Amino acid sequence: MPLVEFRNVSYEVGGRQILSDVNFTVDPGETLVLLGRSGSGKTTALKMTNGMLFPTRGEVLVEGRPTTVWDPIRLKRHIGYVIQEVGLFPHFTVAENVGLVPTLEGWPVRDVQQRVERLLADMGLPPAEYLGRYPRQLSGGQRQRVGVARALAADPPLLLFDEPFGALDPVTRVELQRQFLDLRRNLRKTSIFVTHDVREALRLGTRIGLLTRGRLEVAADPQTFRNARTEEAVAFLGSLD
Amino acid sequence: MRPDLVNDLFELTGEHLALVLSAIAVAMLIGVPLGILLTRREGPRQWLLGFASVMQTIPSLALFGFLIPIPFIGGIGKRTVIIALVLYALLPILRNTFVGIMSVDAAVCESAVAMGLTSGEMLRKVQLPLAAPTILAGIRVATVATIGTATIAAAIGGGGLGVFIFRGVASVDTAQILAGAVPAALIALAADGGLGWVERKLSRA
Repeated sequence: MPLVEFRNVSYEVGGRQILSDVNFTVDPGETLVLLGRSGSGKTTALKMTNGMLFPTRGEVLVEGRPTTVWDPIRLKRHIGYVIQEVGLFPHFTVAENVGLVPTLEGWPVRDVQQRVERLLADMGLPPAEYLGRYPRQLSGGQRQRVGVARALAADPPLLLFDEPFGALDPVTRVELQRQFLDLRRNLRKTSIFVTHDVREALRLGTRIGLLTRGRLEVAADPQTFRNARTEEAVAFLGSLD
Repeated sequence: MRPDLVNDLFELTGEHLALVLSAIAVAMLIGVPLGILLTRREGPRQWLLGFASVMQTIPSLALFGFLIPIPFIGGIGKRTVIIALVLYALLPILRNTFVGIMSVDAAVCESAVAMGLTSGEMLRKVQLPLAAPTILAGIRVATVATIGTATIAAAIGGGGLGVFIFRGVASVDTAQILAGAVPAALIALAADGGLGWVERKLSRA
């Protein structure tokens, strides 16, 4: 069974069509990259996956159940979400930020602590040094690492990434992309990853979906995508050199 | 200082503090929840903020006068005074609660929603802590203003340091006017300093 399935999904708001008849599935272990320009509807698709938005036509299924049937809070806590501006809570320490969802879920304090330390270490942030820091005391790259650790905290089977590395300098971005690949290898998580950077899409995706004005044009593995000949695919691939 | 004034000073100062504290407590109990409500309901927003603003524009002596003939809430005495003071203190507390919550970073709120915080958890763990310095700034403004306005309470039998001032004015007794005005000013300065300190503590966290 696919972990996520979009069935004839359309989304319209204020007379504007954001997504039109989008269909795709994401199988366990895959990284589906949704590639597209600003306004192509990729963030909207992401927000539909964890029930922050609901389709106006069609349905989104997570683990075989429509998002409209899921308890909205359960669904969101079942899926990790990393957004571009990170959105760490400025009044929480790194430890409190990362441990928030497990704490809300009622994990024993000791377990939360162990989990947080483990995740920070995995993300290359020595816990002893970073646990007590506040987000403003971190660099952009470190903040984004904490954001990823926070998304992983309650061990969700699915992770959503909304242009997480977009605002980082090129060197840090490549470091974090490498770390993302390591994590996938070690944790075998499934993810949907939104970006407008075709290089990032080719590096991280096991499959790439190209969104153009709300329509899914191509959904293929990176090799096939490189040879795609639709106008938008050619435009994106042209930006490679 | 004249011994006849010293005798009254402690009693009137105590009365004054009691008026201010009860008015601010009631204004907080109404203003903070109402401010939170306004962030979630667009309907009454303009209406309520408008009402609170209009209250502020009414001269205080006139407001006390208006309240006297109203049955149940009006009349002569402390209750009427406290109601008038609450009406004045409401706007800064209500507005700062509303503005403080609305100006919490959108990315922070969005990530809180995405992580599956319920709206109550969002309020308690994210919005209120981040809005706390702004809310406290409103309470501080309201408190300082109320300490001054409360001196007029004496005009309708509410007691407080205003008793000295009204008596002093009536008998052209400068010492008596000062016996009311100076302690009121000192209390206002102390409240401003104290609440300002708490506010700075909160914004640093």
